Amino acid sequence: MVISTEGLSFNFGNQQVVRSLSLQVPEGSIYGFLGPNGAGKTTTIKLLLNLLKTDQGSIHIFNKELQSNRISILSQIGSLIEQPAIYLHLSGRENLLNRALLLQVPEERVDEMLDLVHLADAAHKKAGKYSLGMKQRLGIALALLSDPKLLILDEPTNGLDPNGIIEVRELLIRLVSQHKKTVFVSSHLLAEIERMATHVGIIHKGEMLFQGSIKDLEAISQPQIQVELNETVDAANFLKKQGVTVTEVNDECVSLPFASKTQMGEVNTLLNKNGYTVYSIKKVNKDLEKLFLDITQNA
Amino acid sequence: MKGFLLSFRSEFYKTRKTIAFWSAVILPSVICLMIFIGFFNHSDKLGNLPGAMLWFEFATPVLVVMGPLLLPMLVVFEAYSVNNIEHKAETWKTLFSLPLPRWSIYSAKYLYAFSLVVLCLALFMLFTLGFGNLLSVLKPALKFNEYHIESILAQIYLKLLLSALGILSIQFLLSLLFRDFLKPMGIGFVATISGIIMANLGWKYAYLFPYAIPMLTLRSVKPNNTMNSPSIPQITVDIFTKDIFVSLAVAVAVFVLGYFIVLKKSVK
Repeated sequence: MVISTEGLSFNFGNQQVVRSLSLQVPEGSIYGFLGPNGAGKTTTIKLLLNLLKTDQGSIHIFNKELQSNRISILSQIGSLIEQPAIYLHLSGRENLLNRALLLQVPEERVDEMLDLVHLADAAHKKAGKYSLGMKQRLGIALALLSDPKLLILDEPTNGLDPNGIIEVRELLIRLVSQHKKTVFVSSHLLAEIERMATHVGIIHKGEMLFQGSIKDLEAISQPQIQVELNETVDAANFLKKQGVTVTEVNDECVSLPFASKTQMGEVNTLLNKNGYTVYSIKKVNKDLEKLFLDITQNA
Repeated sequence: MKGFLLSFRSEFYKTRKTIAFWSAVILPSVICLMIFIGFFNHSDKLGNLPGAMLWFEFATPVLVVMGPLLLPMLVVFEAYSVNNIEHKAETWKTLFSLPLPRWSIYSAKYLYAFSLVVLCLALFMLFTLGFGNLLSVLKPALKFNEYHIESILAQIYLKLLLSALGILSIQFLLSLLFRDFLKPMGIGFVATISGIIMANLGWKYAYLFPYAIPMLTLRSVKPNNTMNSPSIPQITVDIFTKDIFVSLAVAVAVFVLGYFIVLKKSVK
């Protein structure tokens, strides 16, 4: 395991923000750390970077205890926490050069990073004049500068446009598949994590609700078929009589568990043949809130 | 040690284009240039003064404002600026998640603020000497070349520097703890004014209050005889007086305390 925590807890005053967290991040994984705002994601990341002192529990990174091996561990981690920390009066390149100076990284690496995050053209522009997306990309370049084995990124796609999000996602996938890195990435967007993560941890109110591979998560998240039609209540009763499980009914639509595309077609045919007008039928993934409910109910 | 040197170089790199660095250069340049111009324009009235008096007249305007106000406020400003650069960019968390010892980041920052104060005072001294000598070349009637003030001036500036170290540590810690401008600047300003009042009232415990020490230092280097006396004023500078020891003790104590606060401090 690249990151392994046991019984990790942290309090801000009387409020417990991380409760007995046991993270297991395997080597070569993209570990999606998922949770709504205020779930304790950033606090956990700060604990992993030794920015906050652990109240209870232990943190091992690269199989070494964090507190007693702080510098050797941090030298192999690149991080981006919350909004990127950038000196706005310096240019993008100067920000990287300053970090390169501290990390004793050669200057060529700075230009490589600028190319990698597509900031070479804006390298000499003051970072204060960068757009949010450019700042985020510079933050990622800063995190990657020392060629770390482990990248810890807190909501790295925040503020990025769709192209930027795709770029970051592809970059992270490439770093793991081609350069054997391990990426620990937090997000509050399930869809975002589903698209790139190999492993997922779901945190809610400081507690780990789920941890496992993305396949394990898919098994729980159970996509739904959402059918928009007239007379939803009648249709739901009809489907139930036909032995079809209905998970939700409201004025607009009927939801049932997705099994396959064929099953989706069969449901459509069944409804049409029995006089119901189907306006639309689609596969939807459960949103994060519903997933949380499912996981907590199952727990 | 390597971490310290890297951090120190980084401090310079970050601030080299900011007012924090340039204020230490511009302030002595502008003030000394103004005095130079004043002397240049009134050289006819000053021509009858002996060299020693001329030098004291030339160096005094800076020293008179330096002791009570300029030096403490410069220290307040530099201590604030080197910390504010991290508050403003929200870079504390990044700085402390780098593979560098925390002490090296903390002490490099402190020493950088100290270096800026040293630079500023050194430039004040050098510009005073430089412009004085330039005046004696441009206006030979001004007999600056008759007297050598270098040694006394160096001792006065050294004593002033030492007198401000207590303030530097306190202000450095305040600027580290508070991200807003008003708290460290406000506290520094009020304390400086209180220090001036304490020193001027001749309160016997004023030497225990760090913000009063630069003013006490200035008062201690007054010439033995008055400027109006025809004889050359005699100045002896006793650098290590009890107020300077208080300043140094406060500087070391607060510096060490600050380090433990940084160690314990959660980086938000």
